[in-house]
Amino acid sequence: MSTLRTLDYAILQQCMHCGMCLPTCPTYDATKKERHSPRGRIALMRAVADGDLEVTREFADEMSYCLGCLACQTACPAGVNYTELFETARSDAERSAVQLGGSRSFWRSLALGFLFRRPRALRLAGRGLRWYQRTGIEGVVRRFGLTMFLPPSLRRLEPQAPRVASRFSNRLIAAHESPGGPTRYRVALLTGCIQDLVFPDVNRDTADVLLANACAVDTPPLQPCCGSLHAHNGELDLARGLARRMIDLIPPDRYDAIITNAGGCGSHLKRYGHLLADDPRYADSARTWDRKVKDVSEWLADIGLRAPNARPLPGDVSVTYHDSCHLAHGQRVTAQPRSLLKQLPGVAVVDLPESTWCCGSAGVYAITQPAQADALLQRKIDHVTRTGATVLATANPGCHLQIARGLRDRGLETSVVHPVSLLAMAYRREQQ
Amino acid sequence: MTIIDRLASAVGAENVLTRAEDLVPYSFDATAVLKERPAAVVFPRTTEQVAQCVRAARSARIPIVTRGSGTGLSGGSVPVPGGLVLCLTKMDAILEVDPRNLTLRAQPGAITQRIDEAAAAHGLFYPPDPGSQRISTIGGNVAENSGGLRGLKYGVTRDYVMALEVVLASGEVARLGTACVKDVAGYSLKDLFVGSEGTLGIITEVMLKLVPRPAARRTLLALYDSIEDAAETVSAIVAARIIPCTLEFLDRMTAACVEEYAHVGLPTDCAAVLLMETDGHPAAVADEATQMEAIAKAHRARDVRTARDEAEGLQLAAARRNAFAALARRRPTTILEDVTVPRSELAAMVSYIAETAAAFRLQIGTFGHMGDGNLHPTFLTDERDADEMERVHQAFDRIFSRALELGGTITGEHGVGLAKKPWLRRQLGDASFSLTKQVKRALDPEGLLNPGKIFD
Repeated sequence: MSTLRTLDYAILQQCMHCGMCLPTCPTYDATKKERHSPRGRIALMRAVADGDLEVTREFADEMSYCLGCLACQTACPAGVNYTELFETARSDAERSAVQLGGSRSFWRSLALGFLFRRPRALRLAGRGLRWYQRTGIEGVVRRFGLTMFLPPSLRRLEPQAPRVASRFSNRLIAAHESPGGPTRYRVALLTGCIQDLVFPDVNRDTADVLLANACAVDTPPLQPCCGSLHAHNGELDLARGLARRMIDLIPPDRYDAIITNAGGCGSHLKRYGHLLADDPRYADSARTWDRKVKDVSEWLADIGLRAPNARPLPGDVSVTYHDSCHLAHGQRVTAQPRSLLKQLPGVAVVDLPESTWCCGSAGVYAITQPAQADALLQRKIDHVTRTGATVLATANPGCHLQIARGLRDRGLETSVVHPVSLLAMAYRREQQ
Repeated sequence: MTIIDRLASAVGAENVLTRAEDLVPYSFDATAVLKERPAAVVFPRTTEQVAQCVRAARSARIPIVTRGSGTGLSGGSVPVPGGLVLCLTKMDAILEVDPRNLTLRAQPGAITQRIDEAAAAHGLFYPPDPGSQRISTIGGNVAENSGGLRGLKYGVTRDYVMALEVVLASGEVARLGTACVKDVAGYSLKDLFVGSEGTLGIITEVMLKLVPRPAARRTLLALYDSIEDAAETVSAIVAARIIPCTLEFLDRMTAACVEEYAHVGLPTDCAAVLLMETDGHPAAVADEATQMEAIAKAHRARDVRTARDEAEGLQLAAARRNAFAALARRRPTTILEDVTVPRSELAAMVSYIAETAAAFRLQIGTFGHMGDGNLHPTFLTDERDADEMERVHQAFDRIFSRALELGGTITGEHGVGLAKKPWLRRQLGDASFSLTKQVKRALDPEGLLNPGKIFD
């Protein structure tokens, strides 16, 4: 069991506190206080490891205030593994139970311990939420202020709850699909949790794009959560269990690649080798797994994406691209989605200033730290507006929901789309 | 009223930190190993608030350490036991750019790079570019007299300071210097404060000189199989009466670490890399670049590459600025040194460092500003290994002694702080050392400001 006190001390020492991370950290930028910076947080972790500081409520709150956007990891010349430090620190904070209140504990274990471990239950909950959204009960509840009976964090969440799709990925994608022409690669497609419930079309589009690039696609109809949410929130043991289930379901040596289209999932999926390093049964296959996991744009760049030869779209379409933190900083995938967009016929690609600056979604951050999340969202929307783009492309469902909400709240018409969906549309237009 | 209450009434309670979780992250700067938890951290927003804090600390006899972004490399802003940290990062306004007088006024917490950007908006240039310019503060730069990659042609921070506003140990506010290019009224007191490392007063405003922004820039990369060939190239360029803006040197280990981090195409298999940059009028830049390339080739450069465009040049320079932190990839503790020798002695100093590393069984990566003789031998070590640390200290001592024999200095641009205190007297000599202490006593008789730094 990993804790800051038993962690390899060299990982903490790797930070030589040069400060190069400070200008890239959204929370330091907001407050200019060192404890809200990466090197400040690492100093706190080191103080805990040295026995100079207990895991206090303040410590736990600080780790919750961190977005986990990993911008510091990109900026760090010394190669500090912030992901590992951060997950270990959050895990210590959880174990010490300094943040526990009855309601926090109940909702947390419902989400992390139950829903996001049982895909059937999660889909059932998704159906329930859709029923609530569609039957008019939602309107009644809101009109009579019944949300007051919810705990504060859920009360904030309720109006933000995404519209659940009518059919999930298993109804849109067959378990095995083959390309029309010859098969060059065999890949497995991961459908995600939020992507599956809210954006199953993105999964369909991903399958279509893979098929159009000579990949045979296996999509297991019932997939567990990859464990990203759990690891990110300090539940490392639950995350390990989910990683094992995922490897059992999709044996990595059977595939050329295992495809994900959600930046947040991908960043975690590529760390199974580390997560299961001490598990004699899974360590080897977890390392193979890490090598095979690819973000869809990364895979398409690797195999040489076939440029769509559709006629340009009518009208002026301009696209700007927001980097999901965990795609850009967690996986260092920044060029590939942009070059994908540049292949779209008749679409102008415009740069988004501060494109790698977090939008404030950051997993459950928008729920746990609403003020900071909203400040980041407004900053993002300001930049998007200034580009004048008609479409914002982004490759993570959290960012997608967050930015779409920000645009909607300001009455803006810019649409938010996954890059792979734009490519799928272009391939579909080829046949017209 | 306690000192904390007095500080809170001066700056507001939200700008005084006293919790352990708030203080631990202010226990250090970018210097290895040194650490000390302060009693409180205070964030003033105005000169008057700084003065109030000084008066409060003085009446309570609590020492003050002034701090910006904490990127110093000699421990100058590491807290003193039981002391206050006066953190000026919230005084970060750029107050004025005056294109008629070529000056810029800023508060001390303004970020160095923002200052150059503000100048650039008027076609002007603030040249000093310390490695940490993206986050370092101008107040810290002035207090440490920071250098950077452009020292050879453009000089260092001191060459750009026209005037300062400082809060003295008494709590009085003094203005030193003017916007005049020529000004010989009395002692040049502003120069006393440049590089004073927070021991004489607290800088609360700076007025900087700006120069026209160069119209063109070209970056070249020359690769060598021997360090001596690189050093001779530098001498030959200077002898050819070319003063490039930058002549940076990286040894094999440094180049490999930087490449691992930045992926800018630095070779990892040659003994030395020279990063050369010329700027100015486009015709002069083209001419100098051609000459520099020819000189490098005449001195057995294995290859000379020219950056495709300004963006690639900037990328290379940015990668070089991170050399120090990139070296931290290799070992748990990274200790950066700053010896500087007259340019003619550079090759001798570089080989002496390599010999010392071998003799003491230490890993040392060396890089630095070859054009101005400023080297950064960087010790890659582990502070938990007492035996190795002992060898590190012996090696320091040898390297510093050799630098002094060659007519050099123990620190070119990082300051003395805590890290180089033991060697200062040897460099200055008795008379100069005691004069330094007399200056300190005259300005800060109670030893309130950053005590124990530079000397005891």
